[in-house]
Amino acid sequence: MTNPQNASRPPSSPRVGLFVTCLVDAMRPSVGFATLKLLRDAGCRVEVPDAQTCCGQPAFNSGDTADAAVLARHFIETFEGYDYVVAPSGSCVGMTRAHYAEALADDPAWAERARRLGERTYELMSFLVDVMHFAPADVKLDTSFTYHDSCSGLRELGVHDQPRALLDKVSGLTLKPLEGNDVCCGFGGTFCVKYPAISNAVVGEKADAIDRSGASLLLGGDLGCLMNMAGKLKRKGSSVRSFHAAEVLAGMAGGPAIGEER
Amino acid sequence: MQEATLSFKARAQEALADPTLKIAIDRTTGTAERKRAVAMTQFPQFEAARERGKRIKDHVIANLDHYLLEFERNAIASGAKVHWARTAEEASQIVVRLCKEAGAKRVTRVKSMLGEEIGLPHALDEAGIERVETDLAEHIVQLGGDRPSHIVWPSMHRTREQVSEMFKRLHRAPHQEETIEAMVDSARRELRDKFLTADVAISGANFLVADTGATCTVTNEGNAELTTTPPRVHIVTAGIEKLVPSTEHALLLLRLLVRSATGADVTQYTTFHCGPKQTGDRDGPEEFHIVLVDNGRTRMLREGMKDMLRCIRCGACMNHCVVFRQLGGHVYGGTYPGPMGAVLTPVFDGLESSRDLPHACTMNGKCQEVCPVAIPLPTLLRGWRDRSWREGLEPATVRFGLGIHTFVASRPRLYRLGTAIAIRVMRLFSRGGLVKGMPGLGAWTAYREFPAPAKRTFMEMYKDQEKGQ
Repeated sequence: MTNPQNASRPPSSPRVGLFVTCLVDAMRPSVGFATLKLLRDAGCRVEVPDAQTCCGQPAFNSGDTADAAVLARHFIETFEGYDYVVAPSGSCVGMTRAHYAEALADDPAWAERARRLGERTYELMSFLVDVMHFAPADVKLDTSFTYHDSCSGLRELGVHDQPRALLDKVSGLTLKPLEGNDVCCGFGGTFCVKYPAISNAVVGEKADAIDRSGASLLLGGDLGCLMNMAGKLKRKGSSVRSFHAAEVLAGMAGGPAIGEER
Repeated sequence: MQEATLSFKARAQEALADPTLKIAIDRTTGTAERKRAVAMTQFPQFEAARERGKRIKDHVIANLDHYLLEFERNAIASGAKVHWARTAEEASQIVVRLCKEAGAKRVTRVKSMLGEEIGLPHALDEAGIERVETDLAEHIVQLGGDRPSHIVWPSMHRTREQVSEMFKRLHRAPHQEETIEAMVDSARRELRDKFLTADVAISGANFLVADTGATCTVTNEGNAELTTTPPRVHIVTAGIEKLVPSTEHALLLLRLLVRSATGADVTQYTTFHCGPKQTGDRDGPEEFHIVLVDNGRTRMLREGMKDMLRCIRCGACMNHCVVFRQLGGHVYGGTYPGPMGAVLTPVFDGLESSRDLPHACTMNGKCQEVCPVAIPLPTLLRGWRDRSWREGLEPATVRFGLGIHTFVASRPRLYRLGTAIAIRVMRLFSRGGLVKGMPGLGAWTAYREFPAPAKRTFMEMYKDQEKGQ
């Protein structure tokens, strides 16, 4: 996916609305603080609007388009005043960019507002690289990692090179390729609890591939997928530790990994 | 063609518990995936061809009435007889009637998914007509008395070891050596005389060429040619979406089809059938019938599913689907498995009995990425979910749960409070960084650990920081 912003110079101290996402808010606030730090380091004026809740993806993917539309309107009202909206998740941003207009198709005025906001809404890694031309400085971590490309970010937003380019700047950190890095981990939002046995078979193969990579860390850009994979790695007794890539990039991977005591 | 009485989930559990099935699935789909990937590196024009392929199909579907009539006119001019069937039942009954009129005792059949869709094997068996499947994989399916599990490799669900055992048990002169070649020879000995003594040949079509009235069939075994040449009567059954304006268009779509299906550059055999045997021809059927089948296709056109009518049945979507690769094809219950089957089966069998299919998908988008005619499969699957919701087919618990979620999530203060309480409850069940034995989390924790939440939400901590500054 080509980015129109790519060739231009980065905007000067844009006002960014941070959407932390419901999972990061409840399960792993450190990803939110890492995102905040990275955006500030990149020169953004970051605000965290208090009215933010959920993007509506669970309703949308369950076929409950009316409820998805309610939450889409709420999101648009909350965030449309900012220059940019950024979230540490390809899945939630994919929902706003690719599907809000669909959820609001019956209401052309709202669909148009969704489209305009969608153009300014970015997944964190692609925002840092494509819009802010940012690279982390003075971050050091002596270990190896493997990377899982979460599906929505990869296929709906074209997020693939950006996290690798950013992580390449972390000194001491080496990438060990993951076989099937672009294959779904079996999370799929509500899929993993609606069809847990199928989801388990899929994530089982993913966890085996992660182990085979020989890396010490599993990194990714979506907390849902990471919780699924980390949960499976833990269950099978793997020593691979899982973090959101933002935590590593912000130099905040010193604490407990996903599923470790804190 | 719903025949399973077990629920989708129960069928899925059975498939997941069958390690031999998993080996069989991985061999076939894994090879297909690898070969397609190599073919793509040697086909840099893929994106352009895909766009052209999409445009050709869209154009035909938008002008279906025009091309159908043009095809019929040219087919009749070539000496073919054209029949129209609105439903699966009508289509299979037309074929059975034609077989009876031809006095057929034995018919040979070339693999055709449309034939499966209209229930032709069953209809022929019911009519007491001996049916000989001539495609090697369909022969295996027939010997095993089951159904195709893949649209390109119908016997994908059986390993070659299982097939060897079956041939030894059921063939008249089975193979002695355990090699693929010896097994193929065994099938050849079994089938050859049947090819030559059949009264009627039945095939499908990959393309219907409007400006010539020809039908086009592709195979890798040459069985279509051998099947359709000796018998006195040849019947083609084809869905009306198989139309293309000209041979040139068929060939462009063929390039996409073969690379997406098997990763080869060309199919081994590509045959155009145009009318019956003419004066001076050395062989060919005396009667040539074409049965054009709607069976829900015009309804798909009306009901916002016209994108699906582009499908050229290559199987790439299922080869790349994480769910299909765990379950195989039978679990899907309908004629067509995998992502394309999950879109089509509700059309044929109704949504009520198949509502699991559109849900049993992680929406990862890989199927759309590899589709040679860019069908937005995840969007179509979500379309079924939307319809299922509107028709009240979704479980009350899900409706209630999402209703509550939306009520809370559209009230930020209530949402903040709800989240803060939820994580504290979860922490009551947390030990060593993991949530253990919490009611309601069983579907997750049966198979994997659930990482414990933080002590406080991001929003709680962030507000404290803001106050401190």
